[in-house]
Amino acid sequence: MEQRTPQVEVQPVNKAKVKNFIKVMLYLAVITLIEFGIAFTVPHEHKWVRIIVFIVLTIVKAYYIVAEFMHLGHEKKSLKMSIVLPMLFVVFFIFIMIYQGGAILEALY
Amino acid sequence: MANTAVIVEEDKKNIWSGGVSPMKASYGKLMMWFFLLSDAFTFSALLITYGLIRFSHPAYAGSVADFKFSQEYWPIPEKVFEAFPGMHALGIESAPLVFVGLMTFILIISSVTMVLAVEAGERMDRKAVEKWMLWTILGGLTFLGCQAWEWAHFIHGADISMNLEGIFQGAGLSYNQYGPPNFAALFFFITGFHGFHVFSGVLINFIIFYQATVGVFEKRGHYEMVEKVGLYWHFVDLVWVFVFTFFYLV
Repeated sequence: MEQRTPQVEVQPVNKAKVKNFIKVMLYLAVITLIEFGIAFTVPHEHKWVRIIVFIVLTIVKAYYIVAEFMHLGHEKKSLKMSIVLPMLFVVFFIFIMIYQGGAILEALY
Repeated sequence: MANTAVIVEEDKKNIWSGGVSPMKASYGKLMMWFFLLSDAFTFSALLITYGLIRFSHPAYAGSVADFKFSQEYWPIPEKVFEAFPGMHALGIESAPLVFVGLMTFILIISSVTMVLAVEAGERMDRKAVEKWMLWTILGGLTFLGCQAWEWAHFIHGADISMNLEGIFQGAGLSYNQYGPPNFAALFFFITGFHGFHVFSGVLINFIIFYQATVGVFEKRGHYEMVEKVGLYWHFVDLVWVFVFTFFYLV
């Protein structure tokens, strides 16, 4: 069997890319800390304010993970759309199921 | 005549008629994306089920300071998940959500080390791929250890004086001390399904780490497999972001 060492040329670290990843990590960490702050400062009486703010911050975090870490933000538009558009079904599903939950509560109590 | 016809056809050639990658992504990467999309539907269904069942139970109406566990209403999550390993030895009474916060940071950091492994793979830097993959595996194992502790604590149960009825201690699939039976059932299903994803992610990461060390990707000429498992690993982090919000914060 022929034994051959492949000639591999190692390129230097792409500093701009690494810097971007560190930046995204800091964003994620800071948003998580903000979520903590809200969990303990905004009282539970403002239930819907809390829920909406948490959902918005979660979507911001999800955007950074998907667009930067998973690189979807830099893919072709057709690939982006193939992944993002089907998630609209989930949005629809959330609304009907939360409504249904309220209806069950009313029927039971 | 025949020749011209062929040329015209060549000009009109659709990007979907073969020979090129219309989405500028390899078959394997594309299929990983579609698998993750289907997995996202599964997790969405689980979390929406949580929302449905939670909204079909009465919410706790009194003040948060007087909160007690009861079978009558859904518990406030921060009152359930308030333990940290060794906190009683340090004289701390409760540390609400601190432990899950720590788990969140562990996953975010392991996501960064994963993305650095992908970056190293693009540069054909085997040493760096090995280093960052190993850190990612370590982060995944740490997260799994945290989750094992969290589950053990949840199952054994907390201070029974927090209970209004005082009949149950701990949690199982059919009863739990914190609230309605479905609360613990959903906890086990959702965090369990996510934890199983982390577990399989660690295994897959290890296989790729091993293949990198023995030089499989160097022979192949590219490190695209690192990128594909990277997608899976980031997805696990992404799901945790949602679980953290909908199970622990809201």
